[in-house]
Amino acid sequence: MGLDNIWWVPILPLIGALMNGLFGYRMGKVWTTFWALGTTGLSFAIALLAFGNLVAMPASERVFEKVLFTWVQAGSFTAEAGIQIDPLSGLFMLIVTGVGFLIHVYSVGYMGEEDAYPRYFSYLNLFMFSMLLLVMGNNFLLMFIGWEGVGLCSYLLIGYYYKKDSAADAGKKAFIMNRIGDFGFLLGIMWIFWTLGSIDYTTVFAAAPHSEELMRHTRWGGLTVVTLITLFLFVGATGKSAQIPLYTWLPDAMEGPTPVSALIHAATMVTAGVYMVARCNVLFNMAPVTMVVVAAVGALTAIFAATMGLFQNDIKRVLAYSTVSQLGYMFLACGVGAYVAAVFHVMTHAFFKACLFLGSGSVIHGMSGEQDMRQMGGLKEKMPHTHLTFLISTLAIAGIPIFAGFFSKDEILLSAFMGHTPGHIFYWLLATIAAFVTAFYMFRLYYMTFTGELRAEDHHVRDHVHESPFVMTIPLMILAFLATVGGFLGLPTALVHLPHVLSDFLAPVLNPVAAGAHGEVAEGGHHVSWQMELGFMAFSVAVATLGIFTARYFYKVKPEAAEELARKEGLVHTIYVTVQNKYYVDEIYDYLFTNPIVVFSRKALWKFFDVKIVDGTVNGVANWTMGISGVFRQTETGRVRNYATVMAAGCLVLIWAWIMYL
Amino acid sequence: MMMNNYLMLSAALFVIGAVGVMIRRNVIVVMMCIELMLNAANLSFITFANYRHDMTGHAFVFMVIAVAAAEAAVGLAVVLAMFRNRETVDVDEMNSMKG
Repeated sequence: MGLDNIWWVPILPLIGALMNGLFGYRMGKVWTTFWALGTTGLSFAIALLAFGNLVAMPASERVFEKVLFTWVQAGSFTAEAGIQIDPLSGLFMLIVTGVGFLIHVYSVGYMGEEDAYPRYFSYLNLFMFSMLLLVMGNNFLLMFIGWEGVGLCSYLLIGYYYKKDSAADAGKKAFIMNRIGDFGFLLGIMWIFWTLGSIDYTTVFAAAPHSEELMRHTRWGGLTVVTLITLFLFVGATGKSAQIPLYTWLPDAMEGPTPVSALIHAATMVTAGVYMVARCNVLFNMAPVTMVVVAAVGALTAIFAATMGLFQNDIKRVLAYSTVSQLGYMFLACGVGAYVAAVFHVMTHAFFKACLFLGSGSVIHGMSGEQDMRQMGGLKEKMPHTHLTFLISTLAIAGIPIFAGFFSKDEILLSAFMGHTPGHIFYWLLATIAAFVTAFYMFRLYYMTFTGELRAEDHHVRDHVHESPFVMTIPLMILAFLATVGGFLGLPTALVHLPHVLSDFLAPVLNPVAAGAHGEVAEGGHHVSWQMELGFMAFSVAVATLGIFTARYFYKVKPEAAEELARKEGLVHTIYVTVQNKYYVDEIYDYLFTNPIVVFSRKALWKFFDVKIVDGTVNGVANWTMGISGVFRQTETGRVRNYATVMAAGCLVLIWAWIMYL
Repeated sequence: MMMNNYLMLSAALFVIGAVGVMIRRNVIVVMMCIELMLNAANLSFITFANYRHDMTGHAFVFMVIAVAAAEAAVGLAVVLAMFRNRETVDVDEMNSMKG
């Protein structure tokens, strides 16, 4: 299968979505499974073959563009429906189809008892289609369509249990938060078209560095046009990838079924913002101000979300905050120009976070739907496969060597330390603290769930704890395997004399910032001495280990200590309560934005404008008509004799008038 | 002149018919009064036809008689249907078109 047929990769999941959406309830579960898994599996196979072809090409020619048809043609505006495969989109295509397929397989086990099984798979396939469109399109408009499509699917799947109010609300919240970001993204795209006259990637990125208007012209307070464009694009990324200030939807998105959280809210959709920033690296490199914003937002999100995950008791919420925090790392990497590190972390994160979420789903499944970690404990013996894969992924996210997360996180930290973006040392410091916090809360989760005694009070739950079926554990094992070996694609070159496979592969697409300006490249440790690299690694491992042992002390060795600390009065207590309530950010947003809008809508729009003006006009016209007709209807007595009399009188009047005036 | 007397008789018959339509409540009587008005008109036609030696007036009279016969047939059928439904021939009872 050559690259010519690559368009089947997004189309196949769409076919699956249509089949299950239109005929799913009539086909029965077996055929639904067939269509859902068949289309995504085939899509993954084609993607794999195409990726093989791409790798086989010479490095400089690894761009394949196929225009299917011209989609919109209006004046000077042209939008094609075309596919572009290059190392960046190829890698994302593989992650989406590969991890997506595994999660589809897992869902067969996890969602097997659901009545709305076809609806679930229809949405899930539609999501795959939208995400593939997002990463494989050859212009900004197709990316935007995919961008909106994944937002829609996210809304549909978060609200999958739509009869539950909290799920429906969470879906709406996610959709609205995303829409705020999407608006910025759309403005960015429009401005790109306005200045460069095209939305095609190739044209835009070729023209951008030579564009006088982008670099020289300034708007609003002296910012260059390219800075404003990239800032708008980044607003879109904060919405989709759950960064400050638009991150609050992601923890609530955990209302959806767990495999959805794994696929959409951890492994793929939320990395769309990182993909977009990496895709537009040419533009971002031209805008140093935006780079500082991106790095700052990334670093702040990393530490802020990590601390919020500290004292959560819902197993999925801990993972949600860790996702937000890890996405912060990726943006930090983008902000210091280390796009390869960002994409590397996207990949390893997809492996270990999907594994963690699916593992938590397996735990929830085994615990009869219980999500509170205070009810869990001692699942190590009861769920051996889940335990082992979960432990591997936890080690990976904590940053313990040989596991994938270690290499990518280390590369990000090193890039931040060596970067050129103003304030990079400060961001590095934040990210390092966040690494400590991450190791702590992930192992808190691990110890609370898998070690100690089972704390569930309900004896039905206690007796029912069981390992999940193989259809669920085999995807876990594959993901855990990938989370172990995935990091070897990006070994630090300063230490081992092997090529940084990923960096070399992505080099044609991703231009490291300042490569031309300063003549040196910090990224991937190319110019870092091996002593420094080794020292750095030792430091981050020490930080991670410290986090793990702190968690071990509080949640395994001496659990009383944690409770005692939580009960303490004074400052410690205040901090504990504030962190547990997620810094009251939701409440602040409610107070600042939601409530004023609700009050304004209720008082001004509904009670005044709608009731008084709109209804008033309509009812007024009706009342007025009724009043007048009330007078005239008196003449309609219904008695034939009256009508005859009036008619005769009329005739007499006419005759009289005729005689008098003619 | 003789013609004056005929026309006066015609006018008298027409007024009796018109007043009958307006004041009587029995639907049969109302129809008879309509018949009376038609024949008053016929009388005028004949009078003028005779006076002007013009046969057009006679033609109109035959026309009116034919129409009156058809009207009587339809009208009596309506009265019959009305009586079957309401068991009354009082036109004032038929006021369901009241506004």
